[in-house]
Amino acid sequence: MNTAQALIDAVAFGAVYAVVAVGIGLVFGVMRLINFAYGELITAGGFTLWWLRNQPAPVAILACFAVVIALSLLMERLAFRPLRSASAATMLVATFAVSFLLQSIYLLIFGPRGNPVSTLAGLQTAVSLGKLHIRWITFVSLGTGLVLLLGTALVLERTTIGLHMRAAAADFRTSRLLGVRANRVIAFAFLISGFLAAAVSVLLTVEDQLVTPNYGVSVTILALVGVVVGGLDRLWTATLGGFAIGFANSFLSDELQGSRVYLPSVVFGAVILVLLLRPGGLFAGRRPPVERM
Amino acid sequence: MAEPALAVESLEVRYGGVPAVRGLDLQIERGEFVGLIGPNGAGKSTTLLAIMGVVPPSAGDVRLFGRSLRDKRPEDVSRAGVALVPEGRHVFGGLSVEENLRLGLAGRRGRDGVGADFERIYELFPAVRESLHRSAGALSGGQQQQLAIARALLARPDVLLLDEPSLGLAPTVVESVFSVLKEIREQGVTILLVEQRAEVTIRAADRTHVLANGALRLSLAPGDADDTERLAAAYLS
Repeated sequence: MNTAQALIDAVAFGAVYAVVAVGIGLVFGVMRLINFAYGELITAGGFTLWWLRNQPAPVAILACFAVVIALSLLMERLAFRPLRSASAATMLVATFAVSFLLQSIYLLIFGPRGNPVSTLAGLQTAVSLGKLHIRWITFVSLGTGLVLLLGTALVLERTTIGLHMRAAAADFRTSRLLGVRANRVIAFAFLISGFLAAAVSVLLTVEDQLVTPNYGVSVTILALVGVVVGGLDRLWTATLGGFAIGFANSFLSDELQGSRVYLPSVVFGAVILVLLLRPGGLFAGRRPPVERM
Repeated sequence: MAEPALAVESLEVRYGGVPAVRGLDLQIERGEFVGLIGPNGAGKSTTLLAIMGVVPPSAGDVRLFGRSLRDKRPEDVSRAGVALVPEGRHVFGGLSVEENLRLGLAGRRGRDGVGADFERIYELFPAVRESLHRSAGALSGGQQQQLAIARALLARPDVLLLDEPSLGLAPTVVESVFSVLKEIREQGVTILLVEQRAEVTIRAADRTHVLANGALRLSLAPGDADDTERLAAAYLS
């Protein structure tokens, strides 16, 4: 029964990582930019929730979304847009610079010790289903993850801006030649990416309540690994990769119990093995990439 | 006197220090069909890319009905009324044919008459209508070329630029592409066609210019299509 419990927790955790993967994958799709500063968006959401800890939960959550989306758009406008025609290496270094800058700002403002968030602490209570004890956050993470993934898919498939994003992800130059506005498409990718990061902030602060200046780093690194393992050539493979890494991390963490110190070694060992056997990604096809969303 | 639809004025483009287009002057009147031919590396495609704002000119200007397009981004040039059918077609293989067509609307300056334009496109390209829900990547080369032209026309451009639309197509398909271009021209669209197939271009266009080493060498009328001696001299100049 413990294994069943661990599996259910792992599915919910995987859903959260899948959302992070989509946030990263959307921006990568249109800009070919792996945004290492994504974790700092999640951290900003955590600090906003702490800052408004005495406000009603809906107010704090709305403010969290507003702050994270605004920061995501600012990041694009001030840091990445001026460098858009720069080399991929320059862009990558820029994302590290933004990441370290924001972590330093958080450190100066909030200090190194961490700030506890209890906006949705009630979701830690469990319901009993037979011998299983499932916390409400598990249901909420799973439900929210599914809604966000379906919502993103609907935006991409059913709206004009979604079509423009898919075209830009496949062939940015041709889409611009057709009149697709590069600035608008990229800003929209950052907007959705920020929205997803805010949702992850809210969910993560239930699981891990102490928000520190580098709060979002580990989840972002792990999700990035998932994105690469899943395959960067399409958004859905990246999403599956994110889910797989979140699932594996949570499940192995439960199963290893006293040997959790080995968790990173086991997870990253599996990642190396996957990339050796399928360099294009676990879920990616063998043909050359044609579309990234 | 009316401004020309498209005017290329003393255009120069360099890749690094290497000149690709050298002081090119070209005027295309409203509704005219102009061909641009020349050997590989003559600067034909670069000229189109410079008009579209993809590569920045080092000197000179491009004017659309008298208004400068210099320093405009490709999406702004498209929205100003210039559409490019790029070399190699560049349809979005992972999207459906219908989605590719809808992308053509991105450069359109208004939504009036969209339905009628789709019907016009379907009349010109029946194969496109039959494949609306298929993946564009699954179409044949000729069908993809039709789709690329159809997509460009849905922007309702004043000026249509085409970069080697016959490339890689069977002779019968090439014939149908040229016959469609004549129909498009009859509908009032100004056309600048870059081609490798000299004879068929000279016959189809109102005027054809020969570009070699980045500069204009010769201008030909449809009746000059058989004048291979002058043509060869221009190619080798």
